[in-house]
Amino acid sequence: MNKIKSILSALCIGLIAAATPVLAAEAGPEIKKEPWSFAGLFGTYDQNQLQRGFQVFREVCSSCHGARLIAFRNLSESGGPEFTEGQVKALAAEYSIADISAEGGTRTAVPADRWPSPFANDLEAAEANGGIAPPDLSVMAKARNTSQPFPWWLLNYVTPYAEGGPDYIHALLTGYEDEVPEGTHNSDGTPFELPEGKYYNHYFPGHAIGMPPPLSDGLVTYAEAENGTAVPMTVDQYSRDFAAFAMWMAEPHLVARKESGLQVMVFLIVLAGIMYVVKRRLWAKVEH
Amino acid sequence: MAHESSYVPGNAVEKWVDERLPIVRFAKEHLVDFPTPKNLNYWWTFGGILAFMLVVQIVTGIILAMHYTPHVAMAFDSVEHIRRDVNGGRIIQAVHAVGASMFFFAVYIHMFRGLYFGSYKAPREILWILGVLLFVLMVTTAFMGYVLPWGQMSFWAATVITNIVAAIPVVGDPILQLLRGGFAVDNATLNRFFSLHYLLPFVIAAVVGLHVWALHIPGNNNPVGVDVKSTRDTVPFHPYYTMKDLFAIVVFCIPFAWFVFFAPDLLGHADNYIMANSQVTPAHIVPEWYFLPFYAILRAIDFNILFIDSKLGGVIFFAGSLLVLFFVPWLDTSKVRSGSFRPVFKWFYWLFIVNFVMLAYLGASAADGNVLGIPVADFSKICTVYYFAYFIVILPLLGRFEVPRPLPPSISESVLKHDAAHAAQATH
Ligand code: HEC
Ligand code: HEM
Repeated sequence: MNKIKSILSALCIGLIAAATPVLAAEAGPEIKKEPWSFAGLFGTYDQNQLQRGFQVFREVCSSCHGARLIAFRNLSESGGPEFTEGQVKALAAEYSIADISAEGGTRTAVPADRWPSPFANDLEAAEANGGIAPPDLSVMAKARNTSQPFPWWLLNYVTPYAEGGPDYIHALLTGYEDEVPEGTHNSDGTPFELPEGKYYNHYFPGHAIGMPPPLSDGLVTYAEAENGTAVPMTVDQYSRDFAAFAMWMAEPHLVARKESGLQVMVFLIVLAGIMYVVKRRLWAKVEH
Repeated sequence: MAHESSYVPGNAVEKWVDERLPIVRFAKEHLVDFPTPKNLNYWWTFGGILAFMLVVQIVTGIILAMHYTPHVAMAFDSVEHIRRDVNGGRIIQAVHAVGASMFFFAVYIHMFRGLYFGSYKAPREILWILGVLLFVLMVTTAFMGYVLPWGQMSFWAATVITNIVAAIPVVGDPILQLLRGGFAVDNATLNRFFSLHYLLPFVIAAVVGLHVWALHIPGNNNPVGVDVKSTRDTVPFHPYYTMKDLFAIVVFCIPFAWFVFFAPDLLGHADNYIMANSQVTPAHIVPEWYFLPFYAILRAIDFNILFIDSKLGGVIFFAGSLLVLFFVPWLDTSKVRSGSFRPVFKWFYWLFIVNFVMLAYLGASAADGNVLGIPVADFSKICTVYYFAYFIVILPLLGRFEVPRPLPPSISESVLKHDAAHAAQATH
């Protein structure tokens, strides 16, 4: 009985810890949990997918979005897209970087440089994009989340679920609609009207997003794999690949972190077991 | 608990030191020989876990401070720099951030343990008061720490929470400006919060010293709540409780490591990965989970009470919810310490726990929403009333009317009975 109570009360406090995500509930259909390669305890990035995601970013998104925390050299680091150093050098050389110490104020980029932003500042970025600056994508995969209704979010602590960001990004990029769906209402019941210069998206909070649908089927041409299998060139696949790449940008050391996590867990569990035995032996002589 | 130290200096050097600074004698007396009730259960391991967590936070915090930049334009990126470029930085940062949650998880257990077993009753009132002071210091430290990464939640939590002092008449505005170092949360705020966030953990460490000192005067309470009568009731702290505490700390580290390595951001809020922006208010401003019950009490007062407007009322109830804890030793009039021997108290106690969890849930819900079909505003008021009633009405009255179960004559005898009961269960 006492044991049960003890466990119950510990659970209670755990529940408080868990109560936080309740609030994220936002308008829009529930976002599906996708099967990501980097999810779960054994998750790792799929190198090919990261390379494709980078291609989507570079060819499509980077004309509007920056990624100021990413340096070219990161693209060749282990656990990431792992382009060769030569590839990264060549890639960097295609970009020019603002540098006051250089002649003319710009110079060719080197691998140590950060990814150049498409606009000089937020003001300019907003002006070119109908009044809203496209946000930096470096940590986008962690700056968004999904929400589950009670009690399902409790499961997130157990599984553990840390892929809300990629799930949201994938949903957002595949969630555009040419026309406002019939019968869409605002939260106060008035009929929904799409403001000038906005686009309808199922998953964007408030549905009216300032980003035109950036992807369309066939927009990015993926290279064929060596064994001849072709990755589908669809909006869904591009979105998936970009979301994975975004997760890597936000968590470049995820693979190493999880690998050490497994070792730490095994170590702690074994140590706890040994400690338990020692403690029991020690206390066996004492009535308590 | 008067007891002789069994320390005998082993050689001339030790003797020389002992006569001048008996530090080894002191350590032996308090960390090795200290007589400790032999019936302490695992709820008593959380004090040691808390001490461990304090060390973890200080060590990781000092390393973080080596790489962190307290400036509005650079703070956010400097935390990302730690995660990305500093060796082991992702883990150190995650340990510190998840560690704050684990620290609070442990302190809540520690406090609820005290409330159930009556550990605040004579002669442990000062021990308890120092504990409440530690809790207030922890809350302050954690609040300031949360501002440092300068994300959206950092900024808006700082704005909303500092703003509540403005409700205090006359002195409110000057205090607000002093807290912020200006009229709005800005670079000056970030700098003073960083400075204080570095300072306060050491103040906490000092108060922990007093807390343990105050513990070592009467010695530990225990699950049956009767005083130690003879040496038969105790065992030396080392190796018995060092071993048990160590085991508990390792077990505690398992869920800790789970979050650090597999989901370091799960206990946080996604909005804090957006850099602070005073022009954009997040859809929901929510404090960290460990503040939620108190936040719900703050929000529950949305009506004016006579000449006190709702804002000031909220502040009064919020402060009151913490201050009332200082008076618990005198509010509880029952002579029996342990809740196990108080049949009526138990019910109110467990209702208090459920109520507290409910307050947390309400603190996280949108103010205009519903929980279990009841508007959050109303539900919060009900729970706030129970929170205060528990301390101000129920504890004082229970002591008068409740008939406690008979107490065992001593710890040793309670232990024997408990064994007999187990044996009986086993044979049946
Ligand atoms: C034509 C410029 C443009 C292009 C190209 C573009 N975006 Fe955007 N993006 C925007 C703008 C503008 C916003 C801000 C929208 C708003 O807040 O209403 C935005 C917002 C976003 C957001 C944040 C949505 C949110 O929840 O706030 C994500 C994620 C995003 N873009 C991803 C992408 C990806 C991935 C690509 C490439 C496939 C891309 N964008 C290409 C202009 C662009
Ligand atoms: C930094 C935070 C704290 C640390 C490091 C700490 C440490 C400790 C330690 C090591 C003990 C002895 C072991 C045990 O009984 O678990 C103890 C006992 C105690 N603490 Fe704390 N404590 C902290 C906060 C608090 C708080 C917030 C309270 C209550 C508001 C509190 C109240 C008590 C009481 C009443 C005891 C005596 C328990 C008994 O013997 O029955 N402590 N503390």
